[in-house]
Amino acid sequence: MARSTFPITPRWPGTVAAVLVLILTIGTLGAVAYRAEWGSGLSAADWAAIRFTVSQALVSAVISVVLAIPVARALARRQFPGRQMLITLLGAPFLLPVIVAVLGLLAVFGREGVLNRLLEGLGLSPISIFGFHGVVLAHVFFNLPLAIRLILQGWLSIPAERFRLVATLDASVARLLEWPMLRAVVPSAFLVIFLICLTSFAVALTLGGGPRATTVELAIYQALRFDFDLGRAALLACIQFAICVIAAVLAWRVAAVDAMGAGLDRVVQRWDLSRPWLDFAMILAGALFLLVPLGMVVLRGLPGLTQMPETIWYAALRSVFVAGGSAVLCVTMAVALALRGGVFVAVIGVLPLAASGLVVGTGAFLIVFSFIRPSDVALVVTMLVNATLALPFALRAIAPAVERVAADYGRLGRSLGMAGWGWIRLIVLPRIRRPLGFAAGLAAALSMGDLGVITLFAGQAEETLPLAMYRLMGAYRMEAAAGAALVLLAMSLLLFWICDRGGRVDADL
Amino acid sequence: MKNTTYLPAVAGLVLCATGASAETPVLQVMTYDSFVSEWGPGPAVEAAFEETCACDLQFVGAGDGASLLARLQLEGPRTEADIVLGLDTNLTAAARETGLFASHGLSVDLDLPIAWDDAEFLPFDWGYFAFVGNVGDAAPASLRALADSDAQIVIQDPRSSTPGLGLLMWVTAAYGDEAEALWADLADNIVTVTPGWSEAYGMFLDGEADAVLSYTTSPAYHLIAEEDDSKVAWGFDEGHYMQVEVAGKVAGTDQPELADQFLAFMVSEAFQGVIPTTNWMYPSVTPADGLPDGFETLLTPAKALLFSPEDAAAKRDAALDEWRAALSQ
Amino acid sequence: MLICDGVELRQGDFVLRADLQFSAGGVTALIGPSGAGKSTLLSGLAGFLVPHAGRILWDGQDLRSVAPGRRPMSVLFQDNNLFPHLTIGQNVGLALRPDLRLTPDQGRSVACVLDRVGLDGFADRIPAALSGGQQSRAALARVLLGDRPIVLLDEPFAALGPGLKEEMLDLVRDLLVGDGVTLIMVTHDPADAKRIADDVVLVAGGVAEPPVQTDVLFANPTAALVHYLGAGMG
Repeated sequence: MARSTFPITPRWPGTVAAVLVLILTIGTLGAVAYRAEWGSGLSAADWAAIRFTVSQALVSAVISVVLAIPVARALARRQFPGRQMLITLLGAPFLLPVIVAVLGLLAVFGREGVLNRLLEGLGLSPISIFGFHGVVLAHVFFNLPLAIRLILQGWLSIPAERFRLVATLDASVARLLEWPMLRAVVPSAFLVIFLICLTSFAVALTLGGGPRATTVELAIYQALRFDFDLGRAALLACIQFAICVIAAVLAWRVAAVDAMGAGLDRVVQRWDLSRPWLDFAMILAGALFLLVPLGMVVLRGLPGLTQMPETIWYAALRSVFVAGGSAVLCVTMAVALALRGGVFVAVIGVLPLAASGLVVGTGAFLIVFSFIRPSDVALVVTMLVNATLALPFALRAIAPAVERVAADYGRLGRSLGMAGWGWIRLIVLPRIRRPLGFAAGLAAALSMGDLGVITLFAGQAEETLPLAMYRLMGAYRMEAAAGAALVLLAMSLLLFWICDRGGRVDADL
Repeated sequence: MKNTTYLPAVAGLVLCATGASAETPVLQVMTYDSFVSEWGPGPAVEAAFEETCACDLQFVGAGDGASLLARLQLEGPRTEADIVLGLDTNLTAAARETGLFASHGLSVDLDLPIAWDDAEFLPFDWGYFAFVGNVGDAAPASLRALADSDAQIVIQDPRSSTPGLGLLMWVTAAYGDEAEALWADLADNIVTVTPGWSEAYGMFLDGEADAVLSYTTSPAYHLIAEEDDSKVAWGFDEGHYMQVEVAGKVAGTDQPELADQFLAFMVSEAFQGVIPTTNWMYPSVTPADGLPDGFETLLTPAKALLFSPEDAAAKRDAALDEWRAALSQ
Repeated sequence: MLICDGVELRQGDFVLRADLQFSAGGVTALIGPSGAGKSTLLSGLAGFLVPHAGRILWDGQDLRSVAPGRRPMSVLFQDNNLFPHLTIGQNVGLALRPDLRLTPDQGRSVACVLDRVGLDGFADRIPAALSGGQQSRAALARVLLGDRPIVLLDEPFAALGPGLKEEMLDLVRDLLVGDGVTLIMVTHDPADAKRIADDVVLVAGGVAEPPVQTDVLFANPTAALVHYLGAGMG
């Protein structure tokens, strides 16, 4: 559609959101660099960290995507009771705080885990989760849900008419429909997961087995907390940005339209469905891999529920408050950016993925500290940073829907003199409810588990649930901490479910 | 619904995170997270000090010991902290270098296995690093024996954790030039290296390893708080490296008298008495009625190892390179 | 009087030139091959495309800086004329208040206009609950309620069956024409033009020709028209 000189919504909210994201990503990096005393360059160990980071991210992203394809394909083809519930649950690992997920993984794949008990029973030698493969395993566990979701979306976005057409031609669905769809969807899914794994810190450190598994993010941590070498931290963060940019450019050419938040409850009628057992085997395998560790978190957390101090509930409420605030901020920014549109906005939408969480936190601290006491704004900054970090996902869900509203109804709205808030309130928001709910749920759940920003800012009174859980562990209270982990898991999922559900009710117009 | 009653409380916390009134002087103590936790020493210490000081004692939790120093460096001279509590001797050299600390001016009779004459930093507790395992398992009698055994251990990363850094110093103090060779032999015993103490200890309790790098006092927690005597610290012939945790007064404090008062309080009975069963370390001044029951069962190393802060700082980078080289093979 | 004074509209590589005036209070049909620029011209008039050159004048006023919603015209598009999540009453009410904060009086006007198009009692339904013809009537009701001097129709009834389409055109004629409204409609069907249009503008080869009276044009078709109509139609 040709550009008109009469935009239906003002451009400033999108600009404000973009500036906010720029401040929190590039600006925080600048704040760290500004305070740096430049001297030391990169050591050999830093280069080793860069190599390890890139290689584990590549392998993790490839495996996540490759495994997600058959599971997504099976979910797209089969209808069965509880399918929608299963799809929601399969998304859970992506929402988990790292430490909770690692505990769950260890309970399954660890030395005393379910799997090794099974192997032992069968007289086989046990396996070890620690090392490069452990890092990859954990990253796949985290990101497979995202990959499944993105690819399933691709499958469900193929119009039913196309399947009918292919059926009448007696042609190959795989070659005519599925392959082109995968070529469009897989590269962007790969990119997102690659970027997530690139900035990973705790997973690699905990399961990596030693300094071999040093990531750039850990090197940044070391530079910030251990050597207090802000210059090196900034340099490493720049390198991390550079790697992300290269990856983004490589994957950019095949950028695809995908609507992560659109309905997943659709099943397209198909004429090429043989061998149902194969599909169900895929679904079962995916579900086992993703849900058994979750089940272990639940199982281990139950006894601890009675041992948690009462303050846990205050911390939990504070976390819900932060999560709610993040969700509102995040979808507000996403809608503002989506309404503004354009390539610039697409770039803004990827920036937070490339940012180092530690540098964002530290930079935000330096910026805030120049004006006010950080603990006074701990929860607000935590909301803002988490909203920004969740923005890429929210934008992916919301932007295509907003574009569709503009394409379908923009001219009608303008011819009726609708503009600004009235247009957003009456037309845009009701029409993007599904992706809006999904994005809000995602942002809420992701910030529920935040441990990066809050540790830097929080005083005694701003303890959130993950922080409380971590402090319990630090005081030997492992059982109570497991209980807190269960509460965290349940609340993250519940928040996601409520928001996602809210977007779906009566939204089938 | 029960939850609704909490909401105003939460809103209140958000709006005025520091609830101090203008008249009461505020003493801000920056410390590590587990100190301020529900079961850490924080709550008892706060209550006891506020009874005597007519002030508001506020703790600011700043991650672990290492991030505590980083936080202080980030804030620089403008920091609002009056006291920094929880650095150990591996960090005090760097802390001293910031020039942010004032002399404590106290001369206290400390119950430490070593002599103490630091003008700026005053110890509030101490302990020995040790590997903690399960009773009944074969326990190696030295670092060397551990390296030669099949025992599987979890340690912490010296780049992100104070116990991790402690082990690095331990090996350096015990083996000097042969430290790298010892690390090389230890490599196959190390299941994994975690970012912090909590993850490592959790993994050990979950059975992921035979032992974990912790403290000789860790079994006391299980014995006293859980009535579980199944955990034991392994005594090593080379001696055990010490962790001495200290506090210092920030030079730019706006409450110098209160800060001095707190440091004096810190080595008094009321503070020292809660340390053993909250921080699970040895108090730097043994309380009049001794240590709690159960502490007498703990391992007492024959030899205490400790670098001076300056030595520790000087040896750190080389030791770290050795560690990394040996474990990256 | 609506005048295109040396107007040049650009959409990508495509250029449409229009130098003509529409007779006030009359019905003008835009006909021509698909892709010739009929909808482009309509977009220009409605304000969705800003002329690269020239001026669009209404009663002597240059419309260049007037936003689409403030122009003296109502538009019906090929599709998506109703917001599917709003009720029929709300959809129609948008003509009076784009933010839908209707006064009770305005609410009565909505009910009244729905009655005029034969949709009495449909105010609270959503568009999906209506047939195609009823949806067109609802959109027409909004145009009526808007009460603007120019109405632009971009083949809004093309998807209806022939009988229903004629019925709608008749309804348009009955409700709008003769009321001083300037009606400009895009169509690819000469029969539509013959049915209600006073004048015809032929859009072909990137040029919108000046209007010619419908009966005159079809009696003496130009070469371009003959080419468009094909051999069998002349």
